[in-house]
Amino acid sequence: MTWDNEFAMSVLPELLQGLVVTVKLTLCGISIALIVGLIAAVLRFQKIPVLAPVLGFYVQFMRGTPLLIQAYVAFFVLPQYGITLSPFVTGVIVIGLNYSAYTAEVYRAGIEGVPTGQWEAVAALGLGARRKWLRIILPQAVRTMVPVLGNYFLQMFKDSAILSAITVVELLAAAMKVGGNSFRYLEPLTLAGLLFMIISFPASLLIRRLERRFATTH
Amino acid sequence: MPQHTDSFSLSNVDQPTRNVEIEFNGVSKSWGENHVLRDLNLSVTAGEKVSIIGPSGSGKTTILRVLMTLETPDVGVVSVGGDILWDVKAGVKPKETKKMRATRRKVGMVFQQFNLFPHMTALQNVIEAPIHVLGLPKKEAEERAVELLGLVGLKNHMSHMPHQLSGGQQQRVAIARALAMRPRVMLFDEPTSALDPELIGEVLGVIRQLATTTDMTMLMVTHEMRFAQDISDRVLMFDKGAVIEQGPPDQIFASPEHERTRRFLSMMLDR
Ligand SMILES: Nc1ncnc2c1ncn2[C@@H]1O[C@H](COP(=O)(O)OP(=O)(O)O)[C@@H](O)[C@H]1O
Ligand SMILES: [Mg+2]
Repeated sequence: MTWDNEFAMSVLPELLQGLVVTVKLTLCGISIALIVGLIAAVLRFQKIPVLAPVLGFYVQFMRGTPLLIQAYVAFFVLPQYGITLSPFVTGVIVIGLNYSAYTAEVYRAGIEGVPTGQWEAVAALGLGARRKWLRIILPQAVRTMVPVLGNYFLQMFKDSAILSAITVVELLAAAMKVGGNSFRYLEPLTLAGLLFMIISFPASLLIRRLERRFATTH
Repeated sequence: MPQHTDSFSLSNVDQPTRNVEIEFNGVSKSWGENHVLRDLNLSVTAGEKVSIIGPSGSGKTTILRVLMTLETPDVGVVSVGGDILWDVKAGVKPKETKKMRATRRKVGMVFQQFNLFPHMTALQNVIEAPIHVLGLPKKEAEERAVELLGLVGLKNHMSHMPHQLSGGQQQRVAIARALAMRPRVMLFDEPTSALDPELIGEVLGVIRQLATTTDMTMLMVTHEMRFAQDISDRVLMFDKGAVIEQGPPDQIFASPEHERTRRFLSMMLDR
C-alpha cells in the first residue's frame, strides 16, 4: 500500500472537522476539570466530617478505574435511568470529571506546598476564609500547579480519542470513518496522528517554558 | 507611662493607665510527653515592654503562638485587654468564636521568618488586612501604609516585591504590616534570628523606636541580650515551660539569682 496524496487531500477537510471536535472536547473538559477539581480540593481541605472521605473516595475512584469504563457507564447505563445526553456532552462530562480527580490532587499538592508561615500570617492578620483562599493561598499555589496542569491537559487532549468509543466524532473517529468508507486507513490515520502532533508539540514546548518560568521566580 | 504626642499615634490605646493587658492563668500545653508550658501564670501591664529569654525549646515561641491563637492551650485562661481569648477546661476542645477573633485583633505578630506574602508588593502586604479586615477604604489604608513604611525606613521600596528586598527590609515590611492593624499588643518572635549579622541592627533599630515612642504592649522573644537589656521594662527567663526568674533587665543581667539563668547568660555572651 503506497501513500496516495490525492486521497489524503480529499479526506483532510473531514479530519479537520474531527480536530475541531477534539479541541472543543478538550477545552470543555479542561473547564470542568479545573472547576470541579478546585471545589473538591478546597472542600477536602476544610476537613468537613462526612464530605471529606466521600471526596477522597471520589478522587480514588476516578483515578483508579479506566476512562473507557467510565465512558461506557455514562453512555450505556445512565440512559436506563432516564438521563440521555448527546455523545459529545456525555464525553465532555466523563473526561472532565475523570481529570477533575487529577486536578484535585494537583491543587492539593499546590496548596500543601504553600509554606505554613503564610497560613500563620493570614491567621495573625485575621483575614477571612475568602480572602485567605483567593488572595493568599491560591495565587501562590497556582505557580507550582500551572506546569503540572498543563501536562495533564495535554494528556487529556490525546485521551479524548478514547471517546470515539462512545460515538463522539472527534479526530480519531473521523479518521476511522473515512478509512472504513474507502478501505484505506493509511492516509487518514497518518493525518490524524499528524494533526494531534500539530497541537500537542507546540503545547509541550509552551509547558516546558512555563515550567522554567515558575521555577526561576521561586 | 507618659502619653506620647507624636503626630503619629501607633496605638489605639488612649489612656496610659496601668491596666493588665495580657494575662495567663494556669496555662499548660504539651505535645505527647513534651510538656511545653507548665501551669504558666503571667501578667503584663499595658504599655510594658517585656523580653523573654531562655534556651531553645523552652516554650518561648509557644507563648506567643497561644496569644496569636495559632496554638490552643490544653488548659488555662488567657486574656488580652480584659477580654478572654482562651478559657480552656481540661479535656474540652475549644472552638474558635467570634469573640476570640475580635480579641485576637488586638494582637499583632512579627515572625522569625517574616512571612510576607511573596506575590504582593511591600505596599500591598501592608494594606491587605486593613482593607479586608478593618474595612478601611483603600485610599486611607494606603496613606497609613505609606506612613508606616516611611516609619520603618522603606519609603522608597513600597512597590518592591519581597524577593527584591533584603531580609532586614522584609522584616521591616512585616513590622509595618502588623502595625497597620493598630494592635495594642505586639509580639516579636526572634525577629532577627533569620537575618545576616549586618542586617540585624536596622530591624532592632525599628523595634527600639517602637518601644520608646509608642505605648503598645510589647512581648519579644530574643537572643539579642544587649538589646533586651536596653529596651525592656522586664525580662522573663524561661526554662522548660516555666518562668524561672524575672525582673528588671539590670537585675537579671547583672545579678541573676538562678543558676540556670547564669549558665544561659554566660553561654549567650560567649557566642
Ligand atoms: N506543633 C508542634 N508539635 C510538636 N511539638 C512542638 C510543636 N511546636 C513546638 N513543639 C515543641 O515544643 C517545644 C517548645 O517549642 P517552642 O515554643 O518553639 O520553644 P522555643 O521557642 O523556646 O525554642 C519544643 O520541644 C518543640 O519541639
Ligand atoms: Mg522559638
